[in-house]
Amino acid sequence: MKVLLRNPSRELEIAGSHRVHALLAKLEMNRESHLVICNGTLVPGDAELLDDDVVEIRPVISGGA
Amino acid sequence: MVAVGSKCRTCRGPAIIDLPRHNANFCAEHFMELCRRQVTKAIDHFKMIARDDRILVAVSGGKDSLAVWDLLLDLGYQADGLYVGLGIGDYSETSEVYARSFAEQRGLRLIEVKLRDDYGYDIPTAARATRRPPCSACGMTKRHIFDKAALDGGYTVLVTGHNLDDEAAVLFGNTLRWDVEYLARQLPVLEARHGFPKKVKPLVRLTERETAAWCIVRGIDYLVDECPMAFGNKHLAYKSALNGIEEKSPGSKAAFYFNFIDNMAPLLAGRAVADGLELGECSNCGAPTTGNVCAFCHLVEMASAHAPVPVEMVMKKGRGKR
Repeated sequence: MKVLLRNPSRELEIAGSHRVHALLAKLEMNRESHLVICNGTLVPGDAELLDDDVVEIRPVISGGA
Repeated sequence: MVAVGSKCRTCRGPAIIDLPRHNANFCAEHFMELCRRQVTKAIDHFKMIARDDRILVAVSGGKDSLAVWDLLLDLGYQADGLYVGLGIGDYSETSEVYARSFAEQRGLRLIEVKLRDDYGYDIPTAARATRRPPCSACGMTKRHIFDKAALDGGYTVLVTGHNLDDEAAVLFGNTLRWDVEYLARQLPVLEARHGFPKKVKPLVRLTERETAAWCIVRGIDYLVDECPMAFGNKHLAYKSALNGIEEKSPGSKAAFYFNFIDNMAPLLAGRAVADGLELGECSNCGAPTTGNVCAFCHLVEMASAHAPVPVEMVMKKGRGKR
């Protein structure tokens, strides 16, 4: 699957299907700090992402105080 | 994507988001209902906004400020926006597009202040000229301009998009230093006093993940990119540490912040030295100050006399490596 990352913007190709939480763990990303959008739709942690999906992992943490 | 197993807690339809701190999953409709409920509870419990208040929302083009503006409108309040163009290169130019487009699409009034045009400086230049950390120069600038715009415009309440993560991270930093002065003033509402408008934070019951999800579900375009000058700041490090705890123990951030508000803040009431200071008026701009000239006017004097500094010159090294 194609995985889009932000801050900075970059793209990864990850083989096989993965549950959202497993994908975040594989990429060492905290669940609380990210949302996952699959083919334009927000998906929960147990959603299974397939090989032909386009996935965005969107960070939600911003730095201003 | 394969159909998910998790169901909405309310309607048992397919969930779009899991919220471990509520030990629940929600569909889009009932997630929005949860957000509305949390914001209403914050507004009512802390007596943030009355129905006859004139509301000004500080808007950056990011998720939190657009979410709070949208939520207030959704809950039936009328509110104008205030955007401050900070002059942080492409980041500011893009953020302005998001703020303006949100307002235009909804026919809302957006007041715009441009630092370079209106005050003769920008944040990178201010940071370099005053040798302050960029976030410090930015914070002081925004506080002054927010206060001035609210008072000049006759607004009775100034709304900011600070969320639970922001407040928990600031509390964490203040607690690490046992900074009683700041701890005593860390409240979701600061009442109006001479020279300062009432300031409120209606998103204190929502996490950043929830405000971002609100924007996605509502179709609100916002600036996802992080401020290039915030990279590596302590605030982000505190948030990251708290999210590490939250992942292991859901609900920790809310417990940390709201137990402070319920149990500690009353003990600290009246302890802030700043609350008891006699404030005069800045001889230049009339803003409240303990001196002859306020800190903002000092900053403007130094920054506007300095040659413009591009943002790249004051960005921290290491950007892009995480």
